[in-house]
Amino acid sequence: MSDRFLYRATLVVAACSYAALLASAQTPQAATTYAITHAKIFTLAGSAIDDGTVVIKDGKIAAVGASVEVPTGAQVIDGKGLQVYPGLFDAVTQMGLSEIGAVSATVDSSETGNFNPDVVAATAVSPSSEHIPVTRASGITEVLAVPASGGFDSSGGRAILGGQASAFSLAGWTMDDMQIKRSVAMVINFPTIVTRSFDLATLSRKERPYAEAKLEYEKNLNELTDWIERARHYAQAIGHGGPSDFERDVKLEALAPVVRGQLPVLVFADRARDIRNAVEFCDKQKLKMILAGGSEAYKVKDLLRSKNVPVILRPVLTLPVDEDDPYDRLLNQPAELTEAGVKFALGSFDNSFARRLGQNAANAAAHGLSQDDALKSVTLYPAQILGLADQVGTLEPGKLANIIVTSGDPLELTTELKYLFIRGQLTSTDNRHKRLFEKYSGRPNP
Amino acid sequence: MNLRCCFAAVGALILLGTSGATWATPPDSSPVVIRNATILTVTKGTIERGSILIKDGKIAEVGPSVKAPKDATVIDAEGKFVVPGIIDCHSHIAIDGSVNEGSISVSSIANTAEVLNSDDIDIYRDLAGGVTTANILHGSANSIGGQTVVIKLRWGQPASKLPFEDALPGIKFALGENPKRSNFSLPGQPKRYPATRMGVEETIRAAFTEARDYKNAWDTYRKKVAGGDKNAPAPRRDLRLEPLVEVLEGKRYVHSHCYREDEILMLIRVAKEFGFKVRTFQHILEGYKVADELAAAGIGASTFSDWWAYKVEAYDAIPYNAALMTRRGVVVSINSDDAEEATHLNQEAAKSMKFGGLTHDEALKLITINPAIQLGIDKRVGSIEVGKDADLVVYDRDPLSAYAVVQKTLVDGRVLFDRDKDLAGRAALEKEKKDLLAKEKAAAKKAGETKPDEKPKPPSGDDAEASANGGVQ
Repeated sequence: MSDRFLYRATLVVAACSYAALLASAQTPQAATTYAITHAKIFTLAGSAIDDGTVVIKDGKIAAVGASVEVPTGAQVIDGKGLQVYPGLFDAVTQMGLSEIGAVSATVDSSETGNFNPDVVAATAVSPSSEHIPVTRASGITEVLAVPASGGFDSSGGRAILGGQASAFSLAGWTMDDMQIKRSVAMVINFPTIVTRSFDLATLSRKERPYAEAKLEYEKNLNELTDWIERARHYAQAIGHGGPSDFERDVKLEALAPVVRGQLPVLVFADRARDIRNAVEFCDKQKLKMILAGGSEAYKVKDLLRSKNVPVILRPVLTLPVDEDDPYDRLLNQPAELTEAGVKFALGSFDNSFARRLGQNAANAAAHGLSQDDALKSVTLYPAQILGLADQVGTLEPGKLANIIVTSGDPLELTTELKYLFIRGQLTSTDNRHKRLFEKYSGRPNP
Repeated sequence: MNLRCCFAAVGALILLGTSGATWATPPDSSPVVIRNATILTVTKGTIERGSILIKDGKIAEVGPSVKAPKDATVIDAEGKFVVPGIIDCHSHIAIDGSVNEGSISVSSIANTAEVLNSDDIDIYRDLAGGVTTANILHGSANSIGGQTVVIKLRWGQPASKLPFEDALPGIKFALGENPKRSNFSLPGQPKRYPATRMGVEETIRAAFTEARDYKNAWDTYRKKVAGGDKNAPAPRRDLRLEPLVEVLEGKRYVHSHCYREDEILMLIRVAKEFGFKVRTFQHILEGYKVADELAAAGIGASTFSDWWAYKVEAYDAIPYNAALMTRRGVVVSINSDDAEEATHLNQEAAKSMKFGGLTHDEALKLITINPAIQLGIDKRVGSIEVGKDADLVVYDRDPLSAYAVVQKTLVDGRVLFDRDKDLAGRAALEKEKKDLLAKEKAAAKKAGETKPDEKPKPPSGDDAEASANGGVQ
């Protein structure tokens, strides 16, 4: 009986278009259980399964394996000839925080002021952002939205204490639906010694003496230190009494989990010297550090390994920092860090370019990184680094069903996304770009 | 000698070092033969396990086998792919200083050809990405911008050798948000005319009205002189209008930056009114909305692969743009507008197969023969055919893949980028840099000892690094 049902269900799906499948998924009686059968499954938690089944139930992965039974009533998707992967995870973005870079009214990614530990990305993520459907159509199923992290054409400030980064899935009616974790890390743009700048008033490059730049760096670093030390005292005070015993300070309160070592700091630094300074600072203050950016992480790889500092690298498709660096300096870095035993993930550090995440991972693979590490650098490794590996990053029972079903290697430019599951729901790959394409493809010929 | 000078010297030495190995081999006239390659000719199909014979910088023979002279340098491309050199129809590399003469709305006096910098490291980096020809454009701050030049990426040659001999010069126009300075107004600064798309059109019409009168004045003068009038007074020369007269005479191409469909049609109208043709629209992110009009006007479109949402006029940008325009009969190219983007134009072209379903051949055309047609240099470059320039790229696999890596890039038959040699030379360059830095440090120390009052103590280690690079910006 169940065999017959299965056979019929398979036939039905084969005859249906993705749109029809979606339509049935969106009715009130939507199936909450799905089974992807006969697909090659890359769980990233072990070796690939050549002919396996993934069962999705109530938003979670219920079972994965070569001999998994399809539950009665499950919507079956024939995965023959297709490949199944965990959805990609973009570890640094301004997703939902910025719509049109040049229009400040649509940008909420950077608050003014230098110390804003209590601002939280999740508060300002617009679930209706056109970037979300565009991005998920490229196979990215979850992101970290990072305040004060710049981005293409960003003119916003880069606060030293930038606020809290939030992780969310790229589908849902509200942020409450989408949110994976509201507070994932505290952003620190580590102070640097800057001698060159661009003066907007005169539209010219400005240069100042090194000593002057260093003085400002020291002032910023002292202020940052002061914040952390005050937060430590504050955290001790909270530990010794109720909030009625002292005056509440929401900024210091936001830093309390940081000084307690519960919330990691996501520290943006690119130059070797700045990374060294940041590692030294976090070591001294006993902060759990994640490096972000890391253009010259290779110069301090031994330090990063010995201090167990993971890195979220900016896109490898970035020109070298210095004129006399090898032309492929950033392309080679993931392989070099892997060899040195430094844990890393890749991020787009952007919003509209988020969909180049897979392309970047493939380019790293073309320059010495193994295919397995390239895939994991945009799935499992960001999940591990950000402390979310219990929810996303691999195809394992109990994890969020953020899954992509593709025609092949998800990092390759021409691979098609066949089915997209986010939070266990079969999710549309329709988006603003596809709609405009279809509309203007239909313009009558002259 | 300050540290910055020292670093400039190190840089120069490294540049020499990088290319020193490749300049000499092979010399101009010595033949080169590439064997066992999968040759994607672009215009004549694919040749499996084929060969290319290069003589005097030109492609002498292409086919399953070629008769190579005994003294030919052999490049064994077993398992590799050879494609025509990539042509980047929108580039700002090799320009010394700023790309925008942004102070005025008609800056046709400025010329990128006069400020070429052959030492720009981005020439080498883009060669390493397979680019062999680039359209060096002025910026987009002006309705009518500066004059432009097509160059070959002849790394190691002086600036005078960079311009592409047969290419017509161009001029940059710009429409929309940039010339109207939408995103660039600063507190306290007066607004510059134009500030609307209406004003952009008026600026172009006004300039061409002047140019037409100026041309008539010269035509009349020349007629008089030809008729024997030796006393006819010559009109006063106007360097701003001369390039526009060349546009009217079809001697200079117009490359116009644009985004929105309405402004695209506007410029087609204005050009028609004055009797000139727009050669290419650049960016043209809404080109897919007016593809039929573009095809009818015979204007090329040079666009991005998937950039969007960085400003309002880029909000309707779609990655299907190149494919949709191609399907409607427009000659389309994918460009970089950026030194980094230029290093992977092959990947950017590949995206048009996924977005809009172009074939492999059509996608490859977007970065080879199509930009060659747009720049009027398709008789010399853009495909692998006998008689064409030997501008070639050797990839380790199909170039329309994110995993493809350039192995060699040839310009005029000379290997100007060789990945193996680049990798092999790195240790020596590293050592040379270290030695030079040590020498500089020692010299500074000595200078400090002899003139203690005049020289500040040289910064050490990291500080030297920071000072030389100006810190992180």
